[in-house]
Amino acid sequence: MLEGFNFRVIWEYMPFFMEGLRNTFLISIVSLFLALIAGITACAGRLSPWKSVRGLAIVYIESIRSTPLLVQIYFLYFGLPTLGLRVPELQTGIIALMLNSGAYIAEIVRAGMTSVPNGQIEAGISSGLNYFQRMRFIILPQALGVTVPPLLGQAIVLVKDSALLSLISVLELTRVGQTLTSERFMPSEAFFTVAFFYLCIYFVLKTLADWSQKKLIFREAY
Amino acid sequence: MMLFYFQRLIEIFPFFLKGLWMTAVVSGISLIMATIFGLLLGIARASKNKLLVGLIGAYVAAIRGTPFVVQIFIIFFILPEWGIQLDAFPAAILALTILGTAFICEIVAGGIKAVPRGQWEAASSSGLNLYQQLRYVIVPQSLQTILPPLVGQYVLLIKDSSVVSVIGVMDLTRVGWVTVNRIPEGLMVFTLVGILYFAISYPLIRLSNRLEKKMATQQVML
Repeated sequence: MLEGFNFRVIWEYMPFFMEGLRNTFLISIVSLFLALIAGITACAGRLSPWKSVRGLAIVYIESIRSTPLLVQIYFLYFGLPTLGLRVPELQTGIIALMLNSGAYIAEIVRAGMTSVPNGQIEAGISSGLNYFQRMRFIILPQALGVTVPPLLGQAIVLVKDSALLSLISVLELTRVGQTLTSERFMPSEAFFTVAFFYLCIYFVLKTLADWSQKKLIFREAY
Repeated sequence: MMLFYFQRLIEIFPFFLKGLWMTAVVSGISLIMATIFGLLLGIARASKNKLLVGLIGAYVAAIRGTPFVVQIFIIFFILPEWGIQLDAFPAAILALTILGTAFICEIVAGGIKAVPRGQWEAASSSGLNLYQQLRYVIVPQSLQTILPPLVGQYVLLIKDSSVVSVIGVMDLTRVGWVTVNRIPEGLMVFTLVGILYFAISYPLIRLSNRLEKKMATQQVML
């Protein structure tokens, strides 16, 4: 099955793979950071008292969640130039990932915010805790347990989603595999190596997510 | 100019419907197959056979840890090297089935494990064989936990099916990509593509939410 698997080529292309891995990393981290901002903003909009703001946030979240990421990427990639905006592929891709993950993060954050019952906050106020004490001792310990594990799950999804940027010729890990395939015609070497690197990232993030789930889930003392 | 393109777009709208049909066929076939295999593997994964559990776990991790594009490239470019020649359409269905099975098997295993042990014991002491235990006692109860995420998984699968456009399956995304090369109005073309995806995913998302609420109230009543 794997006889004739050419490790020499992989080794020869290793610097190139490393560059792709680094770019995948950078793209994911930057997009995740921006998506957090977008998500928290959208969540604030979703919970806002003004109907129009709420409507806008719902339209954003639902339209992102019911269309494929690839279509969103193409929408920006082919659509921004028609608006007269010349945005390089890399930035287009990061904007797409930010908008996409932002919608999912908005829902995660909302689940966290609404997970703490109002009565507890009222109980905190009547116990004479100030705002920061309420945050520190009542809200955050419970909300973080609900938010952080799915956020790490979203980070895993984001890393995998960034592979789609290879289709608009952003040089990241998957693109390196495509290049190696077209230059040497060695798809197994190329894509198994790419898959291996993704698996490494996956296991690190997964371990972190499982650990956070164990550590952060606030257990009610019955 | 925009009006002219808009008219062109309306002229070729049947082409988009064909793409929508292709998306529905590809994702429909693979989600039926993924449900069947996912149910079987999920039951096996919830069993006590360590070897089986480990093997399925490795498969699930390999699928969840790598991007779907990479999986498609592996199936489409590497299988021919091993002497298995697949057209784009069967390759797409194979890839989507493998992907869907991995996720559905986790959902099913989780649902089965959520059924209390006592139910198993009661079923086996009533003299039911393994098939009867599953068919009449365990699976009907686990459906409560399985159904809402399962429908959610169908939405993800439909959205992921957009990626099979990269190997040349004429699905909705591919139609958009081809069209945008002739009608250079990216925003217009991909808004149309997005609306058509929305038309199939959004009802399913609503259904998933409805099921979740319904199941939650049923659980309280139990």
